[in-house]
Amino acid sequence: MSIRGKACIAGIYEHPTRKAPDKSLAQLHAEVAAGALADAGLSFSDVDGFYCAGDAPGLGGMSMAEYMGLNLRHIDTTETGGSSYVIHVNHAAQMIAAGKIDVALITLAGRPRSEGMATGTAPRIYDQNAPDVGFEAPYGPTVVNMYAMAAMRHMHEFGTTSEQLAWIKVAASTHAQYNEHAMLRDVVTVEDVVNSPMISDPLHRLDCCVISDGGGAIVMVKPEIAKSLKRPVVKYLGGGETIKHLNSGNVDLTYTGARHSGPPAFEESGVKHGDIKYASIYDSFTITVLETIEDLGFCEKGQGGKFVSDGNLISGVGKLPFNTDGGGLCNNHPANRGGMTKVLEAVRQVRGEAHPKVQVPNCDIALAHGTGGSIGTRMGSATIIIGQEDA
Amino acid sequence: MPQESYIHPPINPETKEFWDAAKQGKFLVPRCPDTGKYLWFPRRVSPFTGKTNVEYVEGKGTGTIYTFSVMRRSKQPYCIAYVTLDEGPTIMTNIVNVDYDTVEIGMKVKVTFKDLNDEAALPLFEPA
Repeated sequence: MSIRGKACIAGIYEHPTRKAPDKSLAQLHAEVAAGALADAGLSFSDVDGFYCAGDAPGLGGMSMAEYMGLNLRHIDTTETGGSSYVIHVNHAAQMIAAGKIDVALITLAGRPRSEGMATGTAPRIYDQNAPDVGFEAPYGPTVVNMYAMAAMRHMHEFGTTSEQLAWIKVAASTHAQYNEHAMLRDVVTVEDVVNSPMISDPLHRLDCCVISDGGGAIVMVKPEIAKSLKRPVVKYLGGGETIKHLNSGNVDLTYTGARHSGPPAFEESGVKHGDIKYASIYDSFTITVLETIEDLGFCEKGQGGKFVSDGNLISGVGKLPFNTDGGGLCNNHPANRGGMTKVLEAVRQVRGEAHPKVQVPNCDIALAHGTGGSIGTRMGSATIIIGQEDA
Repeated sequence: MPQESYIHPPINPETKEFWDAAKQGKFLVPRCPDTGKYLWFPRRVSPFTGKTNVEYVEGKGTGTIYTFSVMRRSKQPYCIAYVTLDEGPTIMTNIVNVDYDTVEIGMKVKVTFKDLNDEAALPLFEPA
């Protein structure tokens, strides 16, 4: 039995704030939840399934369920960093298809910018009991030098260049100029990127995403409810997810979990690569996009550098328009977790509600991919494919 | 240059033998006795068999740089790397006692130890 079309995305909301010193974390979660429900034409009282991750305050989703007054039949607090929310879309679709719930709410929010967090350049230990900590934390792994090591190896094996990586930022910035909420709206050039300060070789400042406050939310419903609402029906067509890790020391940093989360999404949806009109690709760093595009099968492994060059990711110019909101590289990376905003822009594209300057014509089928954790160590990966009502 | 300061590794019953040996200047590598495979990070339960019988054996302490990156935005730049041990596993470490501009993938390296306190010494790698 295929899950294709058995669940729909009915509401989305991206918080307009990028710096929220005046709001609490719980308030941000509640505001994005209310926003997505209002977009769908629903309310807190309609929700019977709640999904959140480690960014939500309180134990699991309990405090936020209480804050919003939710009466739940299903709870899922799967935590895989920035990919969590794409995994949540998969899980919500499965629960809706199984008839366990009617209305799923997925929330993300955070305020690392207001809290002055050195997101990328200071080591963070999530859990002293994690078995890897003693053998990694002393060496100063930060977000950026972990991704940098993946980039360094990819360059070594495949001849990928900093200029090729820079094209990814150029494409994101070209889109971000039209997003009034984007943190960085200036269009940059390849030269701007490669001449920006080196953070951790070979990644420059402009290879890195922004640090922003804010959040987002998604409402999913069963198809009968979607048809009764006023918003365009966006169907869930298929998805996949995995954890990729260091494999007992058999390390290969030139590929990501997308190699395993992508194929089931294409298989379930019955969609071919050429059918994908738009792709949201997690862009914590330029290298994240390049490896993910290869792993999802849009080009051969090692050919990502050529694929992303010369504007191929720019809407209206290239073959694979990506991150038309400006992505994490320019628009928003709330709570240091970009999976949510990846889904939101893919939904806007399928609805035909992206900014007119970046809207892909007849965007009947789109893909969104989330990466969480680190491509330099262990990561959660999730892929979804969504489409218009007749897709 | 090494890091300005090091986060001390949490030592637990599963890893104490590794860290005790490191304090004595010995570099241990975990090995699954049933398959003969070396693995990383140190753990007692074999991911290959499910048995609680992984042993820590003294390694050569030599390997090859798989990848690396020099962090420029810390108080003192440092070089993080993955080194593929001659026994097989690839492990995270720092490359020290070297001009960072000369570090490259494929460089041969050997282990050296940095005393952190009375309990712990940290294995690092330097050019062989």
